[in-house]
Amino acid sequence: MTAAKATYRGALREALREALLADPRVFLMGEDVGRYGGSYAVSMGLLEEFGPERIRDTPLSESAFVGAGIGAALGGMRPIVEIMTVNFSLLALDQIVNTAAALRHMSGGQFHVPLVIRMATGAGRQLAAQHSHSLEAWYAHVPGLRVLAPATLQDARYMLPQALRREDPVLIFEHAQLYNMEGELTAEAAEIDIRSAAVRRPGRDLSLITYGGSLPKTLRAAEMLASEGIEAEVLDLRVLRPLDDRALAESVRRTRRAVVVDEGWRSGSLAAELMARIVELAFYELDAPPVRVCTQELPIPYPKHLEDAALPQAETIAAAARAIAKRHV
Amino acid sequence: MTDPSLEALLSRSHALELLHGMLRIRRFEEKCAELYGQLKIRGFLHLYIGEEAIAVAAMAALEKSDAVVSTYRDHGHALARGISMNAVMAEMYGKRTGCSGGRGGSMHLFDAASRFYGGNAIVGGGLPLAVGLGLADKMQGRSNVTACFFGDGAVAEGEFHESMNLAALWRLPVLFLCENNYYAMGTALERAQSETDISAKARSYRIPAEAVDGMDVTAVEQAVRQAVAAVRAGAGPHFLELRTYRFRAHSMFDADLYRDKDEVEAWKKKGPIETLVPSLQQAGLVDDEEIDRLERAVAEEIAAAVAFAEQAEWEPVEQLLRDVCAPEPQ
Ligand SMILES: Cc1ncc(C[n+]2csc(CCOP(=O)(O)OP(=O)(O)O)c2C)c(N)n1
Ligand SMILES: [Mg+2]
Repeated sequence: MTAAKATYRGALREALREALLADPRVFLMGEDVGRYGGSYAVSMGLLEEFGPERIRDTPLSESAFVGAGIGAALGGMRPIVEIMTVNFSLLALDQIVNTAAALRHMSGGQFHVPLVIRMATGAGRQLAAQHSHSLEAWYAHVPGLRVLAPATLQDARYMLPQALRREDPVLIFEHAQLYNMEGELTAEAAEIDIRSAAVRRPGRDLSLITYGGSLPKTLRAAEMLASEGIEAEVLDLRVLRPLDDRALAESVRRTRRAVVVDEGWRSGSLAAELMARIVELAFYELDAPPVRVCTQELPIPYPKHLEDAALPQAETIAAAARAIAKRHV
Repeated sequence: MTDPSLEALLSRSHALELLHGMLRIRRFEEKCAELYGQLKIRGFLHLYIGEEAIAVAAMAALEKSDAVVSTYRDHGHALARGISMNAVMAEMYGKRTGCSGGRGGSMHLFDAASRFYGGNAIVGGGLPLAVGLGLADKMQGRSNVTACFFGDGAVAEGEFHESMNLAALWRLPVLFLCENNYYAMGTALERAQSETDISAKARSYRIPAEAVDGMDVTAVEQAVRQAVAAVRAGAGPHFLELRTYRFRAHSMFDADLYRDKDEVEAWKKKGPIETLVPSLQQAGLVDDEEIDRLERAVAEEIAAAVAFAEQAEWEPVEQLLRDVCAPEPQ
């Protein structure tokens, strides 16, 4: 097992390269993926390596090029569509929900859509109300889709080939705050699946359950708690649809306390779904009511101090954990 | 106007007004770029430098009662529309005294008093809104015009085409102003459009449309005045494609690797300020002293705006949840 220094962005790029090399049916399309190099520089250099047929710059036409991705998938290709950010995916929501997700069922199983859609998500860069959404929950609501949230270098590198092996649409959410994350990447692709959640830190006192861009914050919160003698387990969901009920139940049964951390808005959030499942799956094993830390219910404001206050932070996560840990020790 | 000397005087003072308007935007944005480097301004910052003639000339041709719909590249539109530089700069800082209460920042400048409906950062998102504003005016028998700005990139979106059709079908009083700077981020127009003649697209919806040199402030003003008059007279929507160029990168995150340096330099020579100043000088309408005076006035206004933004307090976090919805009726 070799380890190499890498970034989250570089890991995503390597995954794309590998996929393009491995299968001539694979191609990448989206706004500014080619000449510009990707708005988050993920596809930088791929145009030079693979040419404009396979690294396709599209006009600003989210509905059209996502729909075209669906059509190309039906026609035997294996498209990877990049939507610049989740904010703009709303212009393609119709194609994703009404066509990609529903096609297999409404055709009685005759057709299916092996399409991968990647997009950046999340807040934290002072980009204000229209560029800071976390709408993973909306997509995780829809049967027919598989929704992934790579939060580590390994997942950034090895989820894509798994997604491309699927026969149905897979959405991959890349939190914009993670692109510069650095670390070691090991070649252990075999261990990566796109089915299960992963324990990122073991702990016996409570479970911190999260995904995506909130994982680093949650791990920081766990460190803070550890210094106070509270051992928190951190569960990274990784797959937002279908949720890994078993891992969720096992973690909560082990620790008997749960804090759900979600950058989505609280009402109707993924956190709401997780709370419901925790209660359904482990009600009698709980020693405290589960709690959640979500984004405050307002469009994301521009000033840094207000944006910070609106989003989950390591401090607020730790505070929520302390509240349920202390009360019952 | 019968007295030729009066006409000359008026046109001189008007030309100076236009120049002043463009200099305000140019220097304001140069300052913003500097403040971005000092981390005073954050997030996305899209500079309008090079495109100033369009905002200044278009706003000169609109009435106070008209409405304006802008994009994320909105500083020039906002300043030319008459939103105070203090309020715009404070918004860039995210202060409560900003024109959007500090909540919007650079991309989301709003001002109810001047019917400035923002600062939309979803490409194409402003067009349907403008159609609706026009619809409201028409249904209520008002003779207002809604001026809607958008870029060449927006022309590829479905919302553009849907809006063209609806505005034409219902003969709405909307003036569409396409700022064609030939790039949508890193994608050149000819790499995004099968038909690069943008005004032809509008004509295909039976909207009178014309392409104008967007670097020529007087040409823009003349074209906008004519179009506004026609729209106001009830002739339905009109469309102007204003050909221009952004001199700076798309945003502060853009390394600008997709276009030739020579191309940028060539366009800079054609810039709206770069061309207006010598032509005024040649006509004897302005001398160096006059230009110095304008520059000093602009520099003072900017210094005051920075001071205004700097001295404002940060909004207390306790007020985080304000302005999400109207207060519940009692
Ligand atoms: C629907 C949507 N897709 C993508 C983006 C990202 N984006 C922001 S500006 C821009 C380029 C727009 O170009 P254009 O309309 O020509 O305006 P310009 O920036 O040149 O003024 C892109 C792709 C966005 N804001 N909205
Ligand atoms: Mg453009």
